[in-house]
Amino acid sequence: MRQLNEILEECSVQAFDLQFNKARSWKQESDGRVLVGYLPIYFPREIVHALNGLAVGILGTGDRKQIIKGDAYYQSYICHLPRGIVEMALDSSLLEFDGFIFPAICDCIRNLSGMFKLADKGKFQRYFDYPQNFNPTIGGRFYRHEIQKIIDDIQSINGATLDFEKLNHSIGLFNKNRQLIEEIYNIRQEYPWRLSAVDTYHILRAGLVIPVEEHNKILEDVIAHLHEERGEPVDNIRVVITGSFCEQPPVGLIKSIEMAGCYIVDDDYMLGSRWIQGDVPDNTDDPLGALVNAFLTQSTFSSAIYDIDNSKGRKLVERVKSRNAEGVIFSAASFCDPALLDRPDLQKVCDASGIPNINFQYHENTGQFKVIKEQAGTFSDSIKLWA
Amino acid sequence: MANPREAIKEDSMILQKEMLANLFKELGNTKETGKKVVYTFVPGNLTELILSFDMLPVYPEINALQSGMRKKSAAYIREAEKLGFSEDVCTYVKCDIGMMLNGNIGPTGESIPPPDLLLLSYTGCFTFMKWFENLERLYPGVPIAMLHTPYQEDGQITSDQVEYMVKQLKEEVIPKMEMVAGKKLDMQRLSNMMSKSAEAEDLLVKILETAKNKPSPIDAYFAGVYYIGPIFTAFRGTDEAVNYYKELYKEVEQRLKLGLGPITPEGELKEEKFRLVVEGPPNWTNFREFWKIFYDMGAVIVASSYTKVGGVYDLGFRHNPNEPLESLAKYCMGCYTNMNLPQRVNFLADYIKDYQADGFLINSIKSCNSFSAGQLMMMREIEKRMEVPVGFIESDLVDPRYFSYANIKNRLESYFQMLEQRKIIMTQEAETA
Repeated sequence: MRQLNEILEECSVQAFDLQFNKARSWKQESDGRVLVGYLPIYFPREIVHALNGLAVGILGTGDRKQIIKGDAYYQSYICHLPRGIVEMALDSSLLEFDGFIFPAICDCIRNLSGMFKLADKGKFQRYFDYPQNFNPTIGGRFYRHEIQKIIDDIQSINGATLDFEKLNHSIGLFNKNRQLIEEIYNIRQEYPWRLSAVDTYHILRAGLVIPVEEHNKILEDVIAHLHEERGEPVDNIRVVITGSFCEQPPVGLIKSIEMAGCYIVDDDYMLGSRWIQGDVPDNTDDPLGALVNAFLTQSTFSSAIYDIDNSKGRKLVERVKSRNAEGVIFSAASFCDPALLDRPDLQKVCDASGIPNINFQYHENTGQFKVIKEQAGTFSDSIKLWA
Repeated sequence: MANPREAIKEDSMILQKEMLANLFKELGNTKETGKKVVYTFVPGNLTELILSFDMLPVYPEINALQSGMRKKSAAYIREAEKLGFSEDVCTYVKCDIGMMLNGNIGPTGESIPPPDLLLLSYTGCFTFMKWFENLERLYPGVPIAMLHTPYQEDGQITSDQVEYMVKQLKEEVIPKMEMVAGKKLDMQRLSNMMSKSAEAEDLLVKILETAKNKPSPIDAYFAGVYYIGPIFTAFRGTDEAVNYYKELYKEVEQRLKLGLGPITPEGELKEEKFRLVVEGPPNWTNFREFWKIFYDMGAVIVASSYTKVGGVYDLGFRHNPNEPLESLAKYCMGCYTNMNLPQRVNFLADYIKDYQADGFLINSIKSCNSFSAGQLMMMREIEKRMEVPVGFIESDLVDPRYFSYANIKNRLESYFQMLEQRKIIMTQEAETA
């Protein structure tokens, strides 16, 4: 087993490798492999895996790349994420990708799918419409058609066959991936000092750009290390971060929150990797149906999902309680309609439940954290002193 | 900034004003009449279905734009921002929420009744969904029906998508409407309404297509937003809508026969100097001043995408009495903002060609990602394909903080100078040839 520091170093590199070298090498190792880029939040990566492909999460450039061309495609009042993605599409970063998937989350991502079509990037560009109807015979059927389109796209490139054994195997691997991620969060809930929020972030983000088999091995090794005492507990409060599911905050911001006295015991940074709650059956003769059903009945709460009769506020409060957290930080990207339109109600629900909360906005390339650090520090102090 | 004079009104405008006044009066009397009220949205609206149950539709984004025109939106938006809504988010939503918190007073001064049903038939705008989640919290306990409209991501409407929508209508939306209305759906009545819808749609297309003439007898954007009023909102499928469009067509035909230009708020435009195609919604808070910049320069909008946001009828779609539910599904999916970007570019490029436009202009709206995200790429694509001068201005729907008159005027004047120069050069080249 590798040393933890070695693993963490590798994950920090992979998480922000904007040339996707690992994925490109994986593709070149064997004929018939395809790379499929997908944007936040969730996409059932099992499908791509079972078709001899690698689904690669494209989360933007963060503060790791200067945006020049991308800015020329967007007005100042549109979020930052698509600028970086356009920048990558216009240079060599995405050249070896065979196709791109744009899950339904907001109008920006939706229209970005059209921009990729206009620019003819990749062999296919799919807007992936989640059903907002959760009846299996209505929304479930629609969702199955949406997945089938992706299957057809990939098969038209590599001719891969999709049988239930392969898909069951893939489902099993991603079940394990989610179990291991949750185990890390569970350990951090008890011993948040053993693994920093930034390291956790790197480990999860790296999982979007490498094969799931390798990521599972990394997670297993990390968990083994985390069972040993590591680091020093400090007098931090415990918070849940919410609203950062699409455009990602700069790592400096995550670090600032923790340094300001807040252990981040849960978050929605890599929400897509944790979207399905619990396992998807991996031994059925209709694994596609199992994935469809998992989306309809086991999805986590999200600003991208219609929440009537399934209150996000209630679920956020449950999350805070189950993580034994003392407060919520609403941290959303500027101009993110889904997160920002949810925020007032979620704050109201937190207030009604006696959960202290603060909010701020960021860009993926925000460079100044002083104000946020002071805000988070004051929040931490107020809870420590007065709660 | 010059003060616009009192607007000149044609018969059709007076007719429309009466129709709206009657609607708001009827909304104000629901306590007495017992009529049920349905809140819904313009793009992908199910007006015929609502009316077939004798319910009354209310469109929150129309309320918001009217608040903008009546200079009420700034205060409403501030009210919503006090509740925690970010400056960054859609100002229609904030204006609507602010208006509801202030008694929900409509344009006629009467209070708009609370909803008996929230009908979320969201088309082409993800924010609509978030809007309705917020409305549901403002009106707890009110039944809510959701109709998910798939996006035309492949540039077409597929039979699977139609089936998905019809199934939602049959199994979820209509039963909820029946429950609220206390009566069963009358399919024959719905079908009859669709015939009237199609008749009005035929007339609207004829009216909008008169702009292909030189000079154009209409302004298809600034006046166009009035022309679409009845058919995009509470009157599609009614005799009133058909009568309105007959009257309007008569007026437009008359102007066409006489070779007259469009009617502006200050009278008839005497000289058509520039013909433009415009993409994006208008600004509502300073609508008159905004329009004046154009007509003062002799610029006529001959076609616009915004007037297709509640239905793209000039591509041939008509509500079909023989398949009412399928027809509603196709209508919802066919609305402009539910078209993918390549479709939108093709559509606008065709407009530039068919309407012999001199230029293409985008009014990019800070609040509306559904329109705005990707517009700069659309502009480049159109410039490349059509070789016409393109212009880009920015404003907002109903937040006056984002309407900078001097800035917009300055940009437009530069743009019109460019168009002027191009005309001169093209004339010289033609003479030389």
